[in-house]
Amino acid sequence: MKVPLAPPAAPSMSPLPISSDLEVRIRKRFPHPEGSFLLNVHFRALAGFTILFGASGAGKTTLLDCIAGLVDPDDGRIVVGGEDFYDAEKKLNVAAWKRNIGYVHQDLALFPHLTAEENVAYGLRKLSRAERQTSSREMLQAFHIEHLRDRKPAQISGGERQRVALARSLVTEPRALLLDEPLSALDRPTKSSLVGDLREWNQNHRVPILFVTHNGEEVFALGDEVVMLDGGKIVAQGPPHDVMRAPRLETVANLAGFENIFDASVRALHEARGTMTCHLRKGTVELETPLVRAEVGSLLRVGIQAGDLLLATEEPHGLSARNILPGTIRRLAQRDVIVAAIIECGGTDFEVHLTLAARDALQLSPGKAVWVVVKTHSCHLMGI
Amino acid sequence: MNWEAFWLTVRLAAIVSALLVAIGIPIAYWLTYSRWRWKFLVEAAVALPIVLPPTVLGFFVLVALGSRSPLGRWWESLTGHTLAFTFEGLVIGSLLYSLPFAVQPFAASFGAVDRTLLQASASLGHSPLQTFRRIVLPLSQAGLITGFALSFAHTLGEFGVVLMVGGNIPGVTRTLSIDIYDQVQAANYSSANRTALFLLVVSFFILSIVFGLNRYGLNRRTWALSPWR
Repeated sequence: MKVPLAPPAAPSMSPLPISSDLEVRIRKRFPHPEGSFLLNVHFRALAGFTILFGASGAGKTTLLDCIAGLVDPDDGRIVVGGEDFYDAEKKLNVAAWKRNIGYVHQDLALFPHLTAEENVAYGLRKLSRAERQTSSREMLQAFHIEHLRDRKPAQISGGERQRVALARSLVTEPRALLLDEPLSALDRPTKSSLVGDLREWNQNHRVPILFVTHNGEEVFALGDEVVMLDGGKIVAQGPPHDVMRAPRLETVANLAGFENIFDASVRALHEARGTMTCHLRKGTVELETPLVRAEVGSLLRVGIQAGDLLLATEEPHGLSARNILPGTIRRLAQRDVIVAAIIECGGTDFEVHLTLAARDALQLSPGKAVWVVVKTHSCHLMGI
Repeated sequence: MNWEAFWLTVRLAAIVSALLVAIGIPIAYWLTYSRWRWKFLVEAAVALPIVLPPTVLGFFVLVALGSRSPLGRWWESLTGHTLAFTFEGLVIGSLLYSLPFAVQPFAASFGAVDRTLLQASASLGHSPLQTFRRIVLPLSQAGLITGFALSFAHTLGEFGVVLMVGGNIPGVTRTLSIDIYDQVQAANYSSANRTALFLLVVSFFILSIVFGLNRYGLNRRTWALSPWR
């Protein structure tokens, strides 16, 4: 608990600052396809965003379920805002519905038979009808979904559903907010506007927000604090730039399905900007990739999804992307509604996926000179 | 057709299926959410009437209602007459006989409600019972109607239990199925034929409602979303 340094001017008027921290120390064995799995974590989250980062199967969702009270830990203690919710020693276990912890589930779990407004008002059980309406309308407004209030979840888009689910949790003024990959299904602009609304809400409601993701980009975009989970344990905790510098190599499974996989060697590390330069072994291309804990000269595998690459017919200027590679179209092949273009850049073949419309608008044909644009964070790295 | 038997049958089926909604919902709730390790025994007991010969069920109900059983004696002390061979006795026998036809569709539809919705409801401060009322029941409408319709149709067509528990008293316990049996015994084939055909059509009608409901749902929008619209 924080104690004010100076005595308050009007003592009778100032309430004691109440700690809004969330402290979790739990052990939980849970079933896993490859034998049972032990979640064993201890961390503290202050008001604001704390990112829970880790590959799928690292125990992130189980951790949230334990905090929300949907799953019982085997041992440990959970304290939110100074109140004990679970304490194995005292045999204390507060029921989920008495915890007042907002939880936005990965698949949102909107009530399909209720309208957007009814969904948002659902958690305001204790208020009068009029108060319920006022609060839920305000929340719908704050999340720019007022026009959807009479629609059912099946009648609105994925991004709008995400907003309804967030509004539904926030309107109850929870003591803590648990978000399980709430942005994973959204396109970038929708993501950033939603994050903006969430941050604004958090300015006025200083509660801890635990935000689960396995997307490294989201970590940098949101993070005040990152807790990195691997195999049920916390492997690193701190500000994004410290934590993310730890080795973050992809597993074989995560790179499966990537159209472009290249063997590469590390040429240079740029610690200050969180990137490094990798040289593709087949050819002369150098790519700027995210920084992992690696030494100059070490070997890596770089995976890039064909859909993450951009093509330009003139040399682009003023782009934020770090890698702009001149090349030549070797082949174009149509697959269903996409066009797979094979581009040769400095001795390396890249596969780029485009829409039919893009092919026609750019008048692409074999032999044409093009530029391939590769964003740094589109490069996924794997150890060899 | 024997209209007295017709109205008696409809009254019996309506009372039984309405009572079964009231009794069946708590039983189905328990069967869906209980984690008791011996739950399967209760499930088996509830399903018994599906496989048991109606005469066996009827026999035990008759014994239980008779003046030698505690239940029978209690009822006699209360009302002055026994439960056996009365309409009330018939209702009790039919409740047991049609129980699985209500409980099983109820439990199936409760169990089909996505668990994450229940968790979301809990995180929004609703107790399990409030969640049941506001989320599970509304999303189980089709199952509730199915259970109601099936137990109605099943009671409409019962024979063995009625004969054992109620006998064949006109206006009190003589239902349509017993009436058909009577007509055949008396060689009134044309009358038996009319009643039998009537029961066939009604049963088909009820079952087609049930299957239509499960195919297209209650929601008008589901109709609108069906492939040929």
